[in-house]
Amino acid sequence: MKPKRQSRLSIETPEGVVFSFELATPVSRSLAWLVDAVAISVASYILGELCLTLNLLNRDWANAVSVVLYFAISVLYGILLEWHWRGQTIGKRLLGLRVVDVHGLRLQLPQIALRNLLRLVDALPAFYLVGGLTCFFSRSAQRLGDLAANTIVAREPKTEAPDLEQIAPAKYNSLLAHPHLAARLRSLVTPEAAAIAIRAVTQRDGYDPQARVALFRDIAAHFHSLVEFPGEGLEGLTDEQYIRSVLRVIYGGPGDATGGAKDKLTV
Amino acid sequence: MIIDLPRFVAAERVYWDELQALVARLETEPEWRLSLPEIQRLHYLYERCSSDLARLDTFSTEPGLRAFLESLVARAYTEIHETRAPIKVRWKAAVLAFPRAFRRHGAAFRLSLGATLLGCAFGWFAIRMDARAKAVLMPFPHLLTSPAERVAEEEGMKTDRLRGRKASFSAELMTHNIQVTIFTMALGMTWGAGTLVMLFYNGVILGAVAADYVYAGYGTFLTGWLLPHGSIEIPAILLGGQAGFVLAGALIGWGSGAARSARLRAVAPDLFAIIAGAAGLLVWAGTVEAFISQYHQPVVPYALKIAFGVCELVALTAFLGWVGRE
Repeated sequence: MKPKRQSRLSIETPEGVVFSFELATPVSRSLAWLVDAVAISVASYILGELCLTLNLLNRDWANAVSVVLYFAISVLYGILLEWHWRGQTIGKRLLGLRVVDVHGLRLQLPQIALRNLLRLVDALPAFYLVGGLTCFFSRSAQRLGDLAANTIVAREPKTEAPDLEQIAPAKYNSLLAHPHLAARLRSLVTPEAAAIAIRAVTQRDGYDPQARVALFRDIAAHFHSLVEFPGEGLEGLTDEQYIRSVLRVIYGGPGDATGGAKDKLTV
Repeated sequence: MIIDLPRFVAAERVYWDELQALVARLETEPEWRLSLPEIQRLHYLYERCSSDLARLDTFSTEPGLRAFLESLVARAYTEIHETRAPIKVRWKAAVLAFPRAFRRHGAAFRLSLGATLLGCAFGWFAIRMDARAKAVLMPFPHLLTSPAERVAEEEGMKTDRLRGRKASFSAELMTHNIQVTIFTMALGMTWGAGTLVMLFYNGVILGAVAADYVYAGYGTFLTGWLLPHGSIEIPAILLGGQAGFVLAGALIGWGSGAARSARLRAVAPDLFAIIAGAAGLLVWAGTVEAFISQYHQPVVPYALKIAFGVCELVALTAFLGWVGRE
């Protein structure tokens, strides 16, 4: 039976706290590998050109150095960079990926070496077919090298908080006049719904006016269905203003209804 | 449940920042040793941030903050719960790790040797039973000629055919053989079947070449040709096979109650030591093959070449068998 694929790898600490890593998709890993392949080619080309200068001294030794350097770069590129950058290569950095231990422990050099040396089998018969298929069927999106080395490739978490002043300026907020309802709203709104609302507000100018009105109406209806504020709190508010007020409630804390700026959640 | 998120952030942030700074220093300075009060403080901060993360679960609308705390707790967890000593590049320890890893997995090496010898026997008898098999089994075109012709050609050579390309030939041999050795190890992920096939195939070629030369009466030439580099190169490939079988053993886990990930974790340092050691041996073998093995009598007497190969084999056996014994 095919194991169920997961999108996150959760680790429960002995203290009972759970943290998780978002697993990288095969597509993002392939893109990172493409970037790395280009980086290896560029580095090999540059070193090859430098070796040409050795031709002036001895052509045979220049060729030998060039062969050894190309081999060393292709084998050691992943090992040294992942060791130095704690699980990242140039491609993984650009794509926001990182190799991590499946138990959340520190990556060890033998682990990194093993996962990189096993690329020889993962790359078979061409274009990482074996590795790609293993990754596709593996529960934690691991290729053979990852399975042997007990590693996964995870997405780097983005830890920036939304800029409240951009999406919900600290103005008079009638919803904050009802702190108990505001607290209830904060506890009921899911991260996904909040993310959709943030995206709708930040990208409002990119929408067709009619589509924008319909979108804000749907999002506002969702928030209304969670907590119904008294009529006077909503009087004169458009759907968009209502959503901005909700976001201020979610991210700005209860505060008061006067619009006094609260601490921004910069974390 | 957290009612006032900004107040919660304002109150706890000082601890998060402190933990972040501590973890960042531990990450960038692995050699840094904490004093007892520092360890206690690190543990306190980790527990406090873990508790904050757990409290945040009651407040589902702050994904950014949650992601930040998850990341911080994960990094602190890595530093606190890691029990393996950080790898330190110390030459003496690195050199000793190789023979020690080799001796820890003697059965895998014997299996590797057995598969190769079985292949040798097959290649030997294939050539003896059917001379036409030579066309299929010989890996290089120059081995398809009769041994007498080749020996006459090699011994009668007036010029150095490798002149001006010895170093590049040596580099090609090194890189190719290291690649084969890594590949033999990596094939251990096929539950050892790929490693077995690879070793058997190498053995078949070796057996076929040996049978061809020995039965033509050129055993001395063959020994003088192969021994200087083969006494190191063949054991290095066998070490690749040993690593492959160790990997396969950890994957299969016969007779072990440990989880697969624990078994693989346990053998990873030994695999690394064996492959790194084998790669080092192959650098030496490549140099010897290009600069010594390809020169025959009268340029280099066979007795000298054979004695050199035997010395290498004895030195390698002594190194793997005795160096670093505790």
